[in-house]
Amino acid sequence: MNFPILTWITFLPLAGMLAVLLVPKGKDEQGQELSKTIIRWIAAGTTFLQLVLAIILYFSYDTALAGVNDLKSFQFVEKVSWINAHLPMVGDINIEYFLGIDGLSVPMVLLTAIISFLAIFPSFGINKAVKGYFAMYLLLDLGMMGVFTALDFFLFYIFWELMLLPMYFLIGIWGGPRKEYAAIKFFIYTLVGSVFMLLVMIGLYHSTGTFNLVELMNQGNFMPGGIFSGTGTTLRLVAFMGLFIGFAIKVPVFPFHTWLPDAHVEAPTPISVILAGVLLKMGAYGMIRIAFPIFPDAFAYFQTLIAWIGMISIVYGAFCALGQHKVGKRDFKKLIAYSSVSHMGLVILGLASMRPEGITGAIFQMFNHGIITAMLFMIVGVIYDRAHTRGLDDFGGLAKKMPIYTGIMAVAFFAAIGLPGMSGFISEVLVFLGAFKTYPVLTVISGLSIVLGAAYMLWALQKIFFGQLPEKWQGPWDPTGRIYKTDDVNLREIVALVPLGVLVIFLGVYPNPVLNLMTGSVTQLIELMKPFIH
Amino acid sequence: MTDITPFTTHLLQSMQAFVPETALIVTFLLALAADLIWKKQRHISGYMALAGFIVTGFLLVQQQSVTGITFSGMLVIDHFGIFIKWVILLSAMLVVLFSFISGELHQAYTRLGEYYILIVGMVFGMFLLTGASNLVMIYLAIETMSISSYILSGYTKFVRRASEASMKYVIYGAVSSGVMVYGFSLLFGLTGSLQLHDIGAYLQQHSVDNLTLLMAGIMILAGFGYKISAVPFHYWTPDVYEGAPVTITALLSVASKAAGFAAMLRFFRLAFTAPFTAVDADWTVIGSIDWHFVLAVLAVLTMTLGNLVALWQSNMKRMLAYSSIAHAGYMLMAVAVLNDTGVAAILIYFFTYMIMNLGAFLIVQLVADKTGSEDLEAYSGLGYRSPLIGVALTVFLISLTGLPPTAGFIGKLYVFTSVISAGYVWLAIVGVLNSVVSLYYYVRVIRNMYLRDVESQGSKITFTPAVLALVLLLAVPTLILGIWFGPLVDWANLSMAITAFH
Repeated sequence: MNFPILTWITFLPLAGMLAVLLVPKGKDEQGQELSKTIIRWIAAGTTFLQLVLAIILYFSYDTALAGVNDLKSFQFVEKVSWINAHLPMVGDINIEYFLGIDGLSVPMVLLTAIISFLAIFPSFGINKAVKGYFAMYLLLDLGMMGVFTALDFFLFYIFWELMLLPMYFLIGIWGGPRKEYAAIKFFIYTLVGSVFMLLVMIGLYHSTGTFNLVELMNQGNFMPGGIFSGTGTTLRLVAFMGLFIGFAIKVPVFPFHTWLPDAHVEAPTPISVILAGVLLKMGAYGMIRIAFPIFPDAFAYFQTLIAWIGMISIVYGAFCALGQHKVGKRDFKKLIAYSSVSHMGLVILGLASMRPEGITGAIFQMFNHGIITAMLFMIVGVIYDRAHTRGLDDFGGLAKKMPIYTGIMAVAFFAAIGLPGMSGFISEVLVFLGAFKTYPVLTVISGLSIVLGAAYMLWALQKIFFGQLPEKWQGPWDPTGRIYKTDDVNLREIVALVPLGVLVIFLGVYPNPVLNLMTGSVTQLIELMKPFIH
Repeated sequence: MTDITPFTTHLLQSMQAFVPETALIVTFLLALAADLIWKKQRHISGYMALAGFIVTGFLLVQQQSVTGITFSGMLVIDHFGIFIKWVILLSAMLVVLFSFISGELHQAYTRLGEYYILIVGMVFGMFLLTGASNLVMIYLAIETMSISSYILSGYTKFVRRASEASMKYVIYGAVSSGVMVYGFSLLFGLTGSLQLHDIGAYLQQHSVDNLTLLMAGIMILAGFGYKISAVPFHYWTPDVYEGAPVTITALLSVASKAAGFAAMLRFFRLAFTAPFTAVDADWTVIGSIDWHFVLAVLAVLTMTLGNLVALWQSNMKRMLAYSSIAHAGYMLMAVAVLNDTGVAAILIYFFTYMIMNLGAFLIVQLVADKTGSEDLEAYSGLGYRSPLIGVALTVFLISLTGLPPTAGFIGKLYVFTSVISAGYVWLAIVGVLNSVVSLYYYVRVIRNMYLRDVESQGSKITFTPAVLALVLLLAVPTLILGIWFGPLVDWANLSMAITAFH
């Protein structure tokens, strides 16, 4: 038997979590809380190992194999029967522990490993209930990784729901002033989406007798008389809509996006990073892994609507971000949250195009957005930790005070705008290329929103870094020099930010290492969908 | 002189199938005697009851393969009944254990001897109700269990609200069983029989007045609805659950409900659906009344009202009372499909519900004993003051919400599976939306435990290892059943066929 690398990569955080929980309370000679340090390094070590495994996975992944609806060409497959019980009229309930990856999931697995590891560094600043924090962090990591590796719908659903509670605690305990509201809003919104997913899952099971996502993509497996059997039936359209809404809430697209600004604003920095970096990708991933290939006929029916939703999200998100320019209410995190809505709308538009360029661009955009937004949120975290405010109006002229920080931030901002030479540019161009062929008008409108994006990003950059440094920030951030020795970013922050920046530039110049991963799978997906698209 | 040999033979055979119940009667008497002899031992009758329950359990295991009709069709022994009896017996055992550590009962200025004896009596009544297949037997069984529970719910008699609870319970109980008996009499008048299967056979062969049948059916439903606290027969539930000692509330919310569901399912199976249906098929409803729809409406009302009102509660016991109404609603969805899959789903749901609900009540009891309050505010910072209790309550509440990987999710999964495979998609949608609503009030407790009062770490609450072991005894299975539920489903699958007569 081969090394079960996917089980390791998925369940490593669980081991880390148990280790964290077992650390006893204790102080060293100086009265420093030793247990806190140990817990932090256990978490860092666990996620680092996970990253190493992900890199090994990346290099041993065979890009020639497509996956998607072809069971044989999935890689690193682990398949064990898990629950097997008979029930009348429903048949054998057969649930498998079934993990495997293809070109659609590899970029996401990599992204999750990278973000989970790097977000540990801003987490070092958490001082309240450290044990609980890292336990929840690692549990969240487990859920995220599981969603991207599971190929059994039941297993997928369990991982999907497993993330809710840790996320609720992470926002609710370690968050900002309105944390309770934001946490419950996140919880309820996501649950509304996932209960519909649950019903569709049961219905699919009733129609096919399997939870296997790959077999569900084969329309031949639907038994006559099942509630989702046939093509283009009303129930199939309803089921697709249920799944789509469930995933759209997570993305989030307009009009299901209202939980996102609240969650982002209240969440602590590392959790914002994970939320934007990984969690939002799950919605779009769910669409291409589950909703579209299982209900291709319903996708064809709703294709234009989905494209519209994508376009509206792009434009609406951009306008909301611009709206953050009302004096006094300008919140840096909200700005980025709305820009996320806009950029994830781009992913939806790319997916709706059902063209090779569009889908490839969408997945690459998911990856890039994860990296870039993670950077942006860390950047906000850096000044928030020092100044304890995120109000854009409270800053100005930071370039002189923090030159390295300004440099890193410029990279992130230009990447977010989609400047050529940065990774965001490649994915945006690919999405527009694909979408233009299917929906020229919508694409042109969406393209104009890029200008808006440039406007709000550049405006924020200018506001924070140029002009006059406000009176109150004239002195050093930390006069005692205990926490911050210098005014600029410290080593811990550089370690977290620089790899992301390097990745952004590298993939902007040479995107093939990521693009190659998915070409085969994207082609396979389109072949699967093609007979249904008019 | 007539030959009474066949009758005595049948009676003796019946007695053989009646051993578990006989064991309960013996336990009842022994506990009574022990309480008289060892007066100083406060819990002696409790130990006797526990021992008696264990013996009953062994006898139930022996009966696992028996199926039969006893006492001229008064009682039926079948796998379905035995599954429910296990739920009743296990929850009674756990409640006796809870009672040993209950501060509330210790402070009550009353003897505890009768308390345990009445629990045994109540379990006996529930066992009878689970097997009853005759209208008179159903009534007698309901009265047997009710009379015990009326006294038990007011057992802490110097607590005002307990007396109030008991009083309300008696009045509502009397009214609803009166209504039910009226329904029985209508049914008897229509069909000329008290035996459920004779009623079914008669209805199948003759057409009767539809309006009278509907009235009779709804009146009988009122009786069952009262036992399982279905809306609109639920009014007693919040007051009784709030007023009664926590242990009794826990018992009422699980065991008494299980017995009620068993009787209701058996009634519908034998009296209102055709006996000869193929395995794996829908039961055929006799007559032109759409019982599916009546029950579905009842389910929707019950879960929606339970959940919406629970949102406003600030007392934990009262909140859990409304939550138990909502759970009855979820299970009624599976009753409404009227087929074997639905029965299996209810059995699975009941088993998981027993564990998580008793767990939640146990923690309410522990917290009330330590802090003197059942108010939601008393839970502020509990997760930091007593980490294990906090985690356990979180597990129970998440399970009650129905999120994976907990037992409650499995219960919901099978209920929704039965509803969807029977084609009631609208009902399933109402059901899942309800579970979203329920999230809000369950999470409110979690919020108080973890998001409030984070720094109150000074005032730790500690419990003895025995208490913590009891908590784990319920919390660990809640998690294990969430990821490994094959055996439970298999067991439910063996038990879902309600014996129909040939």
